[in-house]
Amino acid sequence: MGSSSRLASGGRINRDRPLRFRFNGKDYQGFEGDTLASALLANGVRVTARSFKYHRPRGIVGHGPEEPATLVELEGEDASGNRPATTVVLCEGLRAHSVNCWPSPDFDLGGISQLFARFIPAGFYYKTFKWPGWHLFEPSIRKAAGLAAAPATPPASGHFEARHAHADVLVAGAGPAGLKAALEAGRAGKRVFLADEGTEAGGSLLNRALTISARPAMDWVAEAVAELHGMKNVTHLQNATVWAYREHNLLIVNERSPEQDNILERSWRVRAGEVVIATGATERAMVFSGNDRPGVMLAASVQAYVNRWGVAPGKRVALFTNNNSAYAVAADLAAAGVIVTAILDSRKNVPPEALELVPDLPVHTATVAAGIFGHKRVRAVLAAPVSGGTPKWIRCDVLAHSGGWNPTVHLWSQSRSSLRYDEGIAAFLPDRAAQTCRAVGAAAGDLTLDRIVDGGADLPYAIEPLWRVDVPVQRGRAFLDIQNDVSVSDAQLALREGYSNVEHVKRYTTGGMGIDQGKTGNINIIGTVAMQQGVPLPQVGTTTFRAPYTPVSFGAIGGLREDSVLFPYRHTPVTQWNKDNGAVMYEAGARWRRPGYFPNPGENLQEAVNRECRAVREGVGVYDGSPLGTFELKGRDVPKFLDFIYSNVMSSLQPGDGRYGLMLSDDGLILDDGVAFRLDDHRWMISTSTGHADAVNQHMEKLLQTEFPGWQVMITTVTSQWNNATICGPRAREVMQALGTDIDLSPQAFPFMSLRDGTVAGFPARVVRVSFTGELSYEVNVAPRNMAALWDKVMEAGAPFGILPVGSESSHVLRVEKGFLSLGHEVDGTVDAYDLGMGWAMSKKKPDYLGKRSVMLRRAGGATRRELVGILPKDPDQQIPEGAPLTPGGHKQATEGLVTACVWSVVNRRWVGLALLENGQARHGETAHVRLRDAVIPVTVTEPVFHDPDGTRLRS
Amino acid sequence: MLLIPCPLCGKRSESEFIHGGPVGADRPDPNAVSDAEWVDYLTVAPNPLGPVQEKWWHARGCGEWLTIWRDTRTHDIVEAPDGIK
Ligand SMILES: [Zn+2]
Repeated sequence: MGSSSRLASGGRINRDRPLRFRFNGKDYQGFEGDTLASALLANGVRVTARSFKYHRPRGIVGHGPEEPATLVELEGEDASGNRPATTVVLCEGLRAHSVNCWPSPDFDLGGISQLFARFIPAGFYYKTFKWPGWHLFEPSIRKAAGLAAAPATPPASGHFEARHAHADVLVAGAGPAGLKAALEAGRAGKRVFLADEGTEAGGSLLNRALTISARPAMDWVAEAVAELHGMKNVTHLQNATVWAYREHNLLIVNERSPEQDNILERSWRVRAGEVVIATGATERAMVFSGNDRPGVMLAASVQAYVNRWGVAPGKRVALFTNNNSAYAVAADLAAAGVIVTAILDSRKNVPPEALELVPDLPVHTATVAAGIFGHKRVRAVLAAPVSGGTPKWIRCDVLAHSGGWNPTVHLWSQSRSSLRYDEGIAAFLPDRAAQTCRAVGAAAGDLTLDRIVDGGADLPYAIEPLWRVDVPVQRGRAFLDIQNDVSVSDAQLALREGYSNVEHVKRYTTGGMGIDQGKTGNINIIGTVAMQQGVPLPQVGTTTFRAPYTPVSFGAIGGLREDSVLFPYRHTPVTQWNKDNGAVMYEAGARWRRPGYFPNPGENLQEAVNRECRAVREGVGVYDGSPLGTFELKGRDVPKFLDFIYSNVMSSLQPGDGRYGLMLSDDGLILDDGVAFRLDDHRWMISTSTGHADAVNQHMEKLLQTEFPGWQVMITTVTSQWNNATICGPRAREVMQALGTDIDLSPQAFPFMSLRDGTVAGFPARVVRVSFTGELSYEVNVAPRNMAALWDKVMEAGAPFGILPVGSESSHVLRVEKGFLSLGHEVDGTVDAYDLGMGWAMSKKKPDYLGKRSVMLRRAGGATRRELVGILPKDPDQQIPEGAPLTPGGHKQATEGLVTACVWSVVNRRWVGLALLENGQARHGETAHVRLRDAVIPVTVTEPVFHDPDGTRLRS
Repeated sequence: MLLIPCPLCGKRSESEFIHGGPVGADRPDPNAVSDAEWVDYLTVAPNPLGPVQEKWWHARGCGEWLTIWRDTRTHDIVEAPDGIK
């Protein structure tokens, strides 16, 4: 086919740099500076897409982000879907194909659905996707209606990045108004952030043949850009779309293909003192029968292809307009040697200055386009007099239409600033600013260059709105939204069915809900609603403009915030030892990674866990308890404070002693469990469960700062200041002695639930006798710098006793055997201390503490409670899945509880479990039933403890 | 993303803060109120269309709990902690 439509000269393309590309399986050539759209037009490709719903053939309509028709999917390394062909910058080797068609847009089997178009009316989805029948339609609809698929893999050639910036002035858009605003702010010494979505600065001047002070307008642009680049206080980005205007003048900018090779896109979050919205204006479509046929294009886009890309989209172009701007298009086309076969103007009186631009061209006033002849390309347009005279066919291969111009107010509206309807330009304009921002240039309704830049010469703007063509000769569909195939009849149906609000019309018809967000057509939907209801257009109002202004890739939004960067794992000094010794690492809450178990070669999980548990029960084990949340509290009022946040009494503790306690929230839920130790009169140390450390810190700080600002309590997080090796098992004391310590280890001198400072293995240490396993335990706390060395010494000193490292799997087994709580397992929002058999922790003496009143209130209702019990499967070898429901008699009826844990007990040589069961405390000895999908498991209800019920061993 | 005035750090981005909810009624003496009054205290939170007084924690900053008045319609911070504009 060759470059048949490329003009001999002109355009901002580099004819010395040809680029090869492939579209829908065919090879073509374009030039550096082309978009995929301009290159396709240059190659004479007219049918470039199929429409979403009816699979009608479509061509290229626009030249920028407003493009409603031609969406493509890029292939290869940088695969991405649903990109308007007009925004895809051509590069060597680019491969793309159209969405919505198979096998090709020229011969599309889906096109057959056009025959059924009358069965897919507005609201089709709402009417069809209803219970109970929707699943009958879903598969075929999804197959037919899907746009491009998500790429299978992330882009291979680089990564996404996020950056924060601050600016005195952010300017959105580098057209004439934006450049002028940036220059003024830059010259005044302000920090300026100028971002523009195009590949180069200039905005509409790139597309038009205008002059400023009798020189080409692009010379002025080049000088402005050069001056801005000379200013250190100015950041100027191209290929950078300001796509969101958020509260407090935060704007989000997506920069594509920044200078660095390895960065695909960069997401800027810019906090600006002032925002200048210089986003220009968007041409709107005319609504007439056949306005979606390939070759029906926006007039300014045809002009852009001629001036900017040196492409004539057609050899014989007809224009259809209701405003002056199309006359400048016609003049540019004629100057480029394109035959203009007619200008149809719906206005009766065309301003003389417009006519003067095209003295030799046939202008038909008070005439509208009422139909298109041609299926896959335009062959003629039906010119119909508004007054009802005889219509006639006028030959053309492109119909360029202009329904006027909408100031691009998306960012303005996103900022919550208001709009007003302006009769003069028949469009919605920025009105009152809600944040520190202003609109300038075309975005503010100044649609011609002379109103923006001194010396700019332009044709004055004038318009008589025409929301849709309404002449009797018109036949066939007239589209309001080309992308979503929403026609005038769809909007009328929605109105007939009672959807009178424009927001409802939008959703019911899906008009304006495509990837283009109705940039060229929404105003016509509003106009159609206004005409139908017989009300003025401002009374209908606009639909809400929401971010993003144009599509943004998920990669850009995520930026570098992928898992390991956003939430890095936390490590203890023993992590490397764990890995070196074959630990299977688990995530253990609050981003800590802890060893799950330490399998020997050939050993499975259960075998390894059994071995570790036996070591703790019969000999000695050690685990790294460093991740437990630890806080030091100092001050005169700590006892009072602890008595308020724990359900039991802490203030009576003597220095060196500690107590287990529950923290409740004021609505009676169990927030955390842990231990509190008194170090001396005014210093305390408390520990929390690993996963709740941050929540407890927030809880305590909030109380102290907002409720009790007068109380003298200072909280310091010391989780990372103390690491510990917890030596546990009947032979733990012997290991401690082997390590060497100046602390008297006898149970009389150093009993359970007490704390001693001293030296262990030569290191300053704080040793705490707590036990999470039910065995004799010494939690040896040292400074992190000594932790790895301590660990080695523990393993060495423990070797003669058969010491083993213990992972979290074994910790779970050991605590279940003892019936010790685990917050995520036995405790949820429904459970209180009494249910857990821990009523002793709910102080009767204290008149008030957090949660007391609420627990009492809830229990006073007398409702049946689910209480913690032990369960023994009748078959000792029967494992029960954790979380399994218990039902009365195992029948298929409402549950009476659930299994919270079930482990193989090495001391009992059978499976044992914990459960929450209705009235469980009164049902010890009874049989209960776990009901699974395919089995009922009978269990004996017991005390929730399976080992050393008196606690002799942990106190030894 | 709001720009929240911290009395110690100045205006900082919302991502540094944790929302602490609206400022409700003072905690009553639980032994001196009826069940209904206690439940109200626990469950009724101000949720006006307009200015609301709320707590924020500068968790990823100085650790200060602070109180602002924020207009729920506009996000405008209509009253900041003392000394901050
Ligand atoms: Zn702060």
